[in-house]
Amino acid sequence: MAYVRPVSKTTWYLAKRSYTVHMLQELTSLFVGILALILLWGISAVARGPEVYRGFLDGLAGPGMIVLLWVTTVVMFYHAIAWFSVTPKAMPVQRGEVFVPGSIIAGAHYVIWFVLSLAILLLAGVF
Amino acid sequence: MSETKLKLEILRYDPEKDQEPHFQTYPVTCQDDWMVLDAINYVKDHVDPTISYRWSCHMAVCGSCGMMIDGEPKLACKTPVRDYANQTARIEPLANFPIERDLVVDMSDFMGKLKRVKPYIIRKDERAIEEGEHRQSPAELMKYRQFTLCINCLCCYAACPQYALIPEFIGPAALTMAHRYNQDSRDQGLAERQDVVAMPEGVWDCSFAGECSEVCPKHVDPAGALQQLKIATTIQWYKGLIGMGGK
Repeated sequence: MAYVRPVSKTTWYLAKRSYTVHMLQELTSLFVGILALILLWGISAVARGPEVYRGFLDGLAGPGMIVLLWVTTVVMFYHAIAWFSVTPKAMPVQRGEVFVPGSIIAGAHYVIWFVLSLAILLLAGVF
Repeated sequence: MSETKLKLEILRYDPEKDQEPHFQTYPVTCQDDWMVLDAINYVKDHVDPTISYRWSCHMAVCGSCGMMIDGEPKLACKTPVRDYANQTARIEPLANFPIERDLVVDMSDFMGKLKRVKPYIIRKDERAIEEGEHRQSPAELMKYRQFTLCINCLCCYAACPQYALIPEFIGPAALTMAHRYNQDSRDQGLAERQDVVAMPEGVWDCSFAGECSEVCPKHVDPAGALQQLKIATTIQWYKGLIGMGGK
């Protein structure tokens, strides 16, 4: 009878460094979720009037929240870079018989990221 | 020709005698240009004729000699012994597959899954032979050519953490074959493959760990194929919503 080797459902990602890195990348999605929740909190505060919105801003200014936002920002950068770097695999662009170099596809994502961020900061009156 | 010395630590399993597999070590003196497969062949021919393993072409074409070499799925015929000079190379059957005997795994799960994705050209409108061949431009060929290089060695399945955890997952090589035919301008079978491709055990069980592409000895990039298949499947789903089925 064939022998089936057991696989640990709880520690498999420790078996290989690349598995661990992959799981860390997956974990960054949690921070994307946290940021989305904070955004929803802000939108809800705006909808409920200036008093509530001021309360939201005060909430963001707390030391715990500042630490969380800094950690989230760093993790979000890692998340974006990790996924942008694999976009050439998911979205190859073929021109005639050749494929556009992956660096151009990944690079285009960074350009779009930069332009959109700039547009949002402009709209927010940062500049 | 200079010599390379190494030890092969080979996983042994005899289903008629053993409750579970165990390792057996064989010191081998190899010629410097040997591959790991040559070293295993040497052991089989001169030291222990009872070792079971698969191999055939010795030129990375047949895909038979896929095995775990120091924990990495590799073709034994393409892995030089000098990479393990004066070391112990641990040789195991491909991970994530049941062991039939020694280094021989049971591949029937994969064979069944490969059949399910219909890895062949499907035509809705067959045309008569006198109408001539289905012509294809070089650009149309390039769209899927890379995926035709798969030799079904199953190294990708041995590297895939999702297949290890979810045995129902259709897996990298079979889904890559589905994508290869979906991308073929002569094919009209996308809708027929979609039932398997779009189900949870199809592309959606892939978490894009990317290990399949890392270990692929033919540089097929199954991880890329599966992500492209996810996008195509999503587009197909939206097309279905507005009543525009694909090919």
